[in-house]
Amino acid sequence: MNDMTPDRDDRSANLKGMGCSRKRVEDVRFTQGKGNYVDDVKLPGMLHGDFVRSPYAHARIKSINTEAAMALDGVVAVLTAEDLAPLSLHWMPTLAGDKQMVLADGKVLFQGQEVAFVVARDRYVAADAVELVEVDYEELPVLVDPFEALQSDVVLREDLEPGADGAHGPRKHHNHIFLWEAGDEEATNQVLDEAEVVTEETMYYHRTHPCPLETCGSVASMDKVNGKLTLWGTFQAPHVVRTVASLLSGIEEHNIRVISPDIGGGFGNKVGVYPGYVCSIVASIVTGKPVKWIEDRMENLMSTAFARDYWMTGRISATKEGKITGLHCHVTADHGAFDACADPTKYPAGFMNICTGSYDIPVAYLGVDGVYTNKAPGGVSYRCSFRVTEAVYFIERMIEVLAIELNMDAAELRRINFIKKEQFPYTAALGWEYDSGDYHTAWDKALKTVEYDALRREQAERVEAFKRGETRKLMGIGLSFFTEIVGAGPVKNCDILGMGMFDSCEIRIHPTGSAIARLGTISQGQGHATTFAQILASETGIPADSITIEEGDTDTAPYGLGTYGSRSTPVAGAATALAGRKIRAKAQMIAAYLLEVHDDDVEFDVDRFVVKGAPERFKTMKDIAYAAYNQAIPGVEPGLEAVSYYDPPNMTYPFGAYVCVMDIDVDTGVPEIRRFYALDDCGTRINPMIIEGQVHGGLTEALAVALGQEIAYDDLGNVKTGTLMDFFLPTAWETPNYETDHTVTPSPHHPIGAKGVGESPHVGGVPCFSNAVQDAFRAFGLRHTQMPHDHWRIWKTANDLGLHG
Amino acid sequence: MIPAAFEYHRPADMAGVIALLEEHGDDARVMAGGHSLIPMMKLRMAEIPHLIDLQDVAGLKGIAVAEGRVTLGAMVTQHELIQHQGLANTAPILREAALVIADPQVRYMGTVGGNVANGDPGNDMPGLMQCLDAEFTLVGPDGQRTVAARDFYEAAYMTEREDEEVLTAISFAAPSGGYAYEKQKRKIGDYATAAAAVILQKDGGTCAAASIAMTNLSDVPVWSDAAGEALTGTSVDAAAVSAAVQAVLDDIDPVEDNRGPVAFKRHVAGIILTRAIQRAWGRA
Repeated sequence: MNDMTPDRDDRSANLKGMGCSRKRVEDVRFTQGKGNYVDDVKLPGMLHGDFVRSPYAHARIKSINTEAAMALDGVVAVLTAEDLAPLSLHWMPTLAGDKQMVLADGKVLFQGQEVAFVVARDRYVAADAVELVEVDYEELPVLVDPFEALQSDVVLREDLEPGADGAHGPRKHHNHIFLWEAGDEEATNQVLDEAEVVTEETMYYHRTHPCPLETCGSVASMDKVNGKLTLWGTFQAPHVVRTVASLLSGIEEHNIRVISPDIGGGFGNKVGVYPGYVCSIVASIVTGKPVKWIEDRMENLMSTAFARDYWMTGRISATKEGKITGLHCHVTADHGAFDACADPTKYPAGFMNICTGSYDIPVAYLGVDGVYTNKAPGGVSYRCSFRVTEAVYFIERMIEVLAIELNMDAAELRRINFIKKEQFPYTAALGWEYDSGDYHTAWDKALKTVEYDALRREQAERVEAFKRGETRKLMGIGLSFFTEIVGAGPVKNCDILGMGMFDSCEIRIHPTGSAIARLGTISQGQGHATTFAQILASETGIPADSITIEEGDTDTAPYGLGTYGSRSTPVAGAATALAGRKIRAKAQMIAAYLLEVHDDDVEFDVDRFVVKGAPERFKTMKDIAYAAYNQAIPGVEPGLEAVSYYDPPNMTYPFGAYVCVMDIDVDTGVPEIRRFYALDDCGTRINPMIIEGQVHGGLTEALAVALGQEIAYDDLGNVKTGTLMDFFLPTAWETPNYETDHTVTPSPHHPIGAKGVGESPHVGGVPCFSNAVQDAFRAFGLRHTQMPHDHWRIWKTANDLGLHG
Repeated sequence: MIPAAFEYHRPADMAGVIALLEEHGDDARVMAGGHSLIPMMKLRMAEIPHLIDLQDVAGLKGIAVAEGRVTLGAMVTQHELIQHQGLANTAPILREAALVIADPQVRYMGTVGGNVANGDPGNDMPGLMQCLDAEFTLVGPDGQRTVAARDFYEAAYMTEREDEEVLTAISFAAPSGGYAYEKQKRKIGDYATAAAAVILQKDGGTCAAASIAMTNLSDVPVWSDAAGEALTGTSVDAAAVSAAVQAVLDDIDPVEDNRGPVAFKRHVAGIILTRAIQRAWGRA
C-alpha cells in the first residue's frame, strides 16, 4: 500500500460531491457585481427599443400617428402591427395553443399592452419618442371579473371564430377558453350526496406576479452577411426559444443562436415568449443593427406574465370520524386577454389535478374553466410546478375548513387521511402516480419539534385572555402538508410546443482530468454550476472544483427544455448522473486495460478504479483521463466524452411539513411571525446549503404572496399595484427566521433519488402562512377569508367577527 | 422609467441657486436628496427642465444644539439625524421618527429639508415638525423669512414656500417631557398607514401640555390642537386618551388607497395615537 494514499474519507471529501455543502461557485462573480446579464450586453452600433403601451384595458385603436416620433433626432424606426403584418409577426402563438398580439392589431385588450415599438439611438431618445406617438383610442366596455365575462355580451377576442373549438376543446361562450376536466364527476357527486359530512368553500387565489429582480429583456443581432441571428435574452428555456424563433421567422434553426446569460431570477416569469423579444428581432432584421429591449419595473409588473388568479370552489366529504371520502373542485381561471399560460401542452390547467394533495381520497373530480378578461396574459408557475401552488392551497384550506366542520384538530385530520408509506407508489383519484413518500414520519417529526400540543394549549389560553380583555393579540398556528409534483416530464404526456420535456447533459473530460459539462437547462440563481458539478464529482470521481458547468448557449449546449417547475434536478440532474455513468463505464475499460486485468476485475472507488481485492493496484480518474487521450487502447475509441438525453419515467413528488406560529394584532391587523418550521423531503440531498437557501427564498416569496403581494385592478382595468411601493416584495426586514429540517425519501425512479426542491417551500409556505392567519380567528367563528392577508384585510376579518367592540 | 431631458445645475452658494430660480421660474426645481423628485421625474409625472442640485451649496449642512434650541440644516440626512449624539440627547423623537423612514440606503441620501419642503402628505418629518412647533427658514430673492411648520402646509405638494424660495433650515426649541413617534406601515419603504407624533409634559400626575400631530391621514400633516387640549390637565387616563383620539378623528380626513379603506385608516389612526400617547406618557 502506498503510504501517500489519502484515506477514503479524505478522498471523498476532496471531491465535494453529493451531500457536501459546497459554496456556490457563481457567487464569486455575483457578489462582486461581475455577473453578465442581458442588459450588460453592449454591441457596436446597438439600437434601443421601447414600447408605446395602452393606457386602456379595452379600446379600439382608430389610428396611430408616428410622424412626430419619427421626426425626433435619433429615432430610427417606429413599428406597428401594420409593419409586422407582412411578415405575419403581428400575432404570435402562445405556449397554451392560443395566439397573442405582438403589437396591437386594431384593438387593445389590457392596460400596458404593446401598441408600437420605437427604435432609437439610445434608451433616452426611445423614451422621448414613445411620448410622441399619437394613438387615437375609442374606449370599450371593460371586463375584469371572469364570472361577469362569462355572462357578458362584450366580445373580447374578436379574432376568434364564434362557436369554433379552442385549443382544448369546445368553448361555451365567446369569452370562454376551455373546460378541462379530470376524474369522475358523477361518482364524486354521488359520494358527496351520500356523505355523513360534507362542506363547501370558495377560495380566491389572487393574481400576483413573480417579480424577479432582473426584469425581462433581449438583444437581437441579425448579421446580414452570414445570415445568422444571435439572440441574448432572459430565457428560462433558450432551446425552445430558438425553435420558436425559427418557426416564426423562417430563419433556419442552425442560423439562430440563442444565449441566456446570467439571469437575475425567473420564478416562471421568463418561461414565455414576449412581444419585446419578437420586436427586437424584427427591428434588428429591419435596421441591420443589434437592437436591445429591456423592460422597466412597471412594465414587468403590468405586462409580463402574472401568476395565479384562480377562483376555486371545493366540496369535500368525510365520515363523522374524519376519513375523507370524496373531493369536488371547480375552478374559474382568469387567464387575461390571451391564453398564454406556460404549461405542458396537454395540461391547460397545469397539474391542478394534484389537488387531492397528500391524502388518500378515493374519488375526486376537477373541472377548470378558463376565461378571457381585460387583464394581462400569463398564468405562469411562480416558484411552483404548473398550478401546484393553487392545488395545494386549495386542499390545505379545504382540510382546515373540514376540520372546523368536524370540530376536529386539523393536524389530526391530516394524519388520519395521509397516504400511508406502504401505499407508494400510489395512484391518486385524479390519475397521478406518486413515486414515494413517508408522510406520517415527517408530520410526527414536525409536530414534535414545534411541541404542537403545547402550542395549542397556549393558543387556547390566549383566547381566554383575549376574551377577558387582557390582550389584544391572537395566536394562529398555521399547518400545511404538501406534495409537489415536479420534474416535467415524461415525453409521452409532457411537451411544450411539441417538444418533449426531456433534458440533457454532455460531458467532456479533458486529458489532465478536469471537465466541462453542458446542460439543456439554465440557472436563474439556483446554483446549477455548483450542484451539477457535485453530481458529476460523485459519479465520475473528478473533483467538483475541476468541473465547469455551462448552460444557456444553444450553439454549445445540448437541447433541453429549460429550467422551471423544479425540473432541473429531476430531469437534467438525472441526465447528468447518467452521462457521468457513461464516462465511468468507459473509464472502467481504460483502467482495466492499464491495470492489465479484465474489465470486471476493477471496481470504482471514489476517485479511482481499483483491482478487486488488491486496492494498492489502482488508476485514478486523472490517470485514466490522460490515457484516454495518449494511448491506443484496443477496442476503445480515444477521448472521454459522453452525452445523455433523459426522458423521465415519471414525475417526482417532493413533500414537506410546515408549521407557522403567528401573533396577530387584532386592532391594527398586523401579523407577526413568531416561528416558522419547515421540514422538506426532496429525496436525495445534493447540496444541503443550497437546499436551505432555496427553502428560505421560497418561504419568503410565500410570505409575500400570503400577506400582501398582489396585482390588483380597478373596475376599469387599471393596474393598482404597478410599482414596488404597492407591490409587496419583502426585504430582510419583513423576513422572519426560518427553522429548516428534513427527512430523506429518495425517488425510486430517479438515478440518484433526487426530487427537486426549489419550489416546495413556496408551495407549502403559502397555505401555511394563510392558515396561521385564519387559524387565529377560528375560535371566533371564522371559516375562511381570502388572501392576501394584508393589514386591512386582517383587520376587516376581526371587524366582521365583532372583535373591535 | 426614463426622465425627460433636463439641465443639471450645481451652484456653490445660495445666491447662485436664487439666480437660477429667478431665471427659470417654474421650469426649475431644487433637489436635496432626490428621493422624491427623481422618481417623479423618471415616471414623467414631474418634468423639470432645470434641476438645481443643492449638495455643493455652502451652509445647508450641520446640526446645531445650543441654548435650548435645535437647528438643522436643510441638507442634513436622515442618517445624520440618527447618528447625532447631541440630538439623541436633546430631541430623541427625531431619531425615533427617522428610524422608521424607509431603509438605510434611502436615509443616507434623503434629507430632512427635502422631506419637509416637498409637501408630500406621506412624509414623516412634516407632522413631527408640527408636533415640535418648528420654524422653517426660507431664503429667496427678497431675503430670509421664517414660517411656522404649523402654517406651512396648504395641500398635497402645496406649501407656503414661493417658487423662488429655498427652505434652508429647520429650528425648534429643545422639547421636554415624554415623546413617541408611532407608525404603522405595510413594509419597509412604505408611507404610513397612520403615524402619530406625541410630546407630553408631565407635572406631578397631570399632563401639563400636549402636542399631537398625525401623518398621512389628510392631504397635509394634521397638528391637532384639540387633541392636545383633551389631554392637558388630565391624568392621561382612558377617558382623556379617548377624548384625544376623538379630537384627532375629527381633524383627519384619510382617503382610501391600497393600504385600505377610510374606516380602517380611521380605526388604525386611533390605535396608533393611543399607543403613542401611552408610550410618551410612560416616558414623561
